[in-house]
Amino acid sequence: MATFTRRHLAAVALVATTALLGTAACGGGDDKSADDGPVTLTVDVFGQFGYDELYKEYMASHPDVKIVERGTGSNLDEYSPKLTQWLAAGKGAGDIVAIEEGLLVEYKANPQNFVNLLDHGAADLKGNFLEWKWNQGLTADGKQLIGLGTDVGGMAMCYRKDLFAKAGLPTDRDAVSKLWPTWQDYIKVGEQFKAKNTGAAFLDAATNTFNTILLQSAGNAQGYSYYDTGNNLVVDSNPAVKQAYDTTMDIIDSGLSGKYGSWSEEWVSAFKQSKFATIACPAWMTGVIEGNAGPGAKGRWDIAQVPGNGGNWGGSFLAVPKQSRHQAEAIELAKFLTSAKGQIGAFKAKGPLPSSPQALEDPAIVDSENAYFSDAPVGKIFATGAKSLKPVYMGPKNQAVRTEVENAVRTVELGQRSPEQGWTDAVNNAEKAAAK
Amino acid sequence: MAVQLDARPPVAPAHRTPRTARAARLSRFDTRYSPYLYIAPFFLLFGVFGIYPLMYTFWVSLHDWDLLGAEHPFIGLDNYTPLLADPDFWHAVVNTLGIFVISTVPQLLLALWLANLLNRRLRARTTWRMAVLIPNVTSTAAVAIVFAVLFGRDFGMINWLLDLVGVDAIDWKANRFAAWTAISAMVDWRWTGYNALIFLAAMQAIPRDLYESASIDGAGRSRQFWSITVPLLKPTIVFAVIISTIGGLQLFTEPRLFNSGTNAIRGGPLRESQTVTMYMFENAFAPHYNFGYGSAIAWLLFALIAVVAAGNVLLLRRLGGGVRKEDD
Repeated sequence: MATFTRRHLAAVALVATTALLGTAACGGGDDKSADDGPVTLTVDVFGQFGYDELYKEYMASHPDVKIVERGTGSNLDEYSPKLTQWLAAGKGAGDIVAIEEGLLVEYKANPQNFVNLLDHGAADLKGNFLEWKWNQGLTADGKQLIGLGTDVGGMAMCYRKDLFAKAGLPTDRDAVSKLWPTWQDYIKVGEQFKAKNTGAAFLDAATNTFNTILLQSAGNAQGYSYYDTGNNLVVDSNPAVKQAYDTTMDIIDSGLSGKYGSWSEEWVSAFKQSKFATIACPAWMTGVIEGNAGPGAKGRWDIAQVPGNGGNWGGSFLAVPKQSRHQAEAIELAKFLTSAKGQIGAFKAKGPLPSSPQALEDPAIVDSENAYFSDAPVGKIFATGAKSLKPVYMGPKNQAVRTEVENAVRTVELGQRSPEQGWTDAVNNAEKAAAK
Repeated sequence: MAVQLDARPPVAPAHRTPRTARAARLSRFDTRYSPYLYIAPFFLLFGVFGIYPLMYTFWVSLHDWDLLGAEHPFIGLDNYTPLLADPDFWHAVVNTLGIFVISTVPQLLLALWLANLLNRRLRARTTWRMAVLIPNVTSTAAVAIVFAVLFGRDFGMINWLLDLVGVDAIDWKANRFAAWTAISAMVDWRWTGYNALIFLAAMQAIPRDLYESASIDGAGRSRQFWSITVPLLKPTIVFAVIISTIGGLQLFTEPRLFNSGTNAIRGGPLRESQTVTMYMFENAFAPHYNFGYGSAIAWLLFALIAVVAAGNVLLLRRLGGGVRKEDD
């Protein structure tokens, strides 16, 4: 009996072991054939792309396609490592992935991970995009198109009317725009605001404002920020960087910042609790504000011109990873979502400003108003300047370098470093990061 | 249940037919090899999910491995040399050790005390014993998010309470020691109950007559605790310390979620609460995508854990050295 039991056990162990090996071996083999039946396309995004209605429309006209969006509302910092892992592993990425312009540089350096959209008739679409937006999606040699542009980040300044009224400042958007033709004027308004002790700070975080000023001054001058167009790191020699840094230091010196680290829990809470009065506002930020401040703050926000002149921050692309098993269908969907029509739909839903000149001229955009922001004519505010936007060139390790410089700004903001120490840190750490 | 693995098979009858000979051979095979088969699943799993990744990580650490790149040239130890001179790495090591010490020491003492309480005659004993485990079954992410809010600078409850007693608000995320403390509180919240149960199990194995004779000799409760319970618990304490070392030095979720917003992986503007695993992640993934460097960090962390665990065991042996010779 004992022998029988043991043999029995041995058999069980053998079966278990075999099963284990079997499972391990075919862990990746459970994919169904792609040829028949409805195709499910997965779209990976971060933040708010505003595609829900467009998906519905597309699925209605393509009954054999089902679309699933992942990552809606997630932070770019959470999304980008995941995307990188999927690409490195050759598995896991969606059929369409969104790529933010600052990260696109890294992905462009390894174009083998993506389908060349030029091989799939994308060349005909060139006229549908602002020229620089189209060029950003191309690899350095111009032979591969990684991504089709979605939006651009035309700049404005969003502000709280109720807090402005409390501080005795004008609340009408044209009058507010006239208050701050330059950033120094903006600081003066901030000082007036601060003197009235409304219980709120003038702005959310110095890093957001720094980034705005930098992209603006770089766009208006050389057209590059941390790297020059020859990919040399120029943090310490580019006057635009130092100028943006110094202006930001003035803002910090005047005590205008609420020091809410951007995108942190505190930052989100500060929106809800009305703890700051202004925030630098690229077009895509309007959706973020609405999400963070919630329906209770509807009508309290408004949008004015940004101090300084124009500028572009952010904007994204849609790409199709080579690992997608439904490349043809995915490319079709990406073309639809980035078409003028798709961009208008996204703008209406969540506010990202189109990168298509046709969309930017469309009455649906030009005449549009945003109810949440006191019916501000967002179409006029953002679209008017969008066609004259001056893009800023981004070098190979742009993201890592930007992180270091913004962190240095943050340490000064928090009183951990003096402005001089902060600048030294920014330059040194940027060099280190670029070398990694 | 004890399985007697060296048991002989039943003796075959003297007249051997081919059939019984075959049975005997099978039986011998069974005796000799099936034990290996029983333990094979563990080793297979360990090989696939333990050894293989470990070796692969080492292999990667010898290459210039851009996570997205197509080419991975061999560079020998060139990831390790700059790493050993990398101040940010050592900064992360100090953070990790700091958080480890201020979380583990009070945690184990508290667990010991809790276990001692639970070992007494209590009403609804099982309920209490189960209750201490509740923080451990809560998801780490949930705990970390709640604690991050509690320790918020502007809207956090802790700062509000401090304000009530007239203490200035603390920026928990931008002050190195404060950040360590907050993260340690999180770790202790989760793991104290777990360790208490492990200690409790060991305490119940201590013969009661030891305590009886001790109280006849006039030893009080605390004397009994320090002279009987703690020394007899030594192997369990060693176990708990090693497990806590491994867990503590690999701390990731708590500090990562404690820091929110842009670049949370840095653990604060001056890397106040960045642990080694976070530094590894920062290098291997966004924003550096340097998989080789990240792998080198993983291997140094492995070495660090081995050293610290060995150090802890030696220290504990030394401390309790005279008490239980037969254990050594």
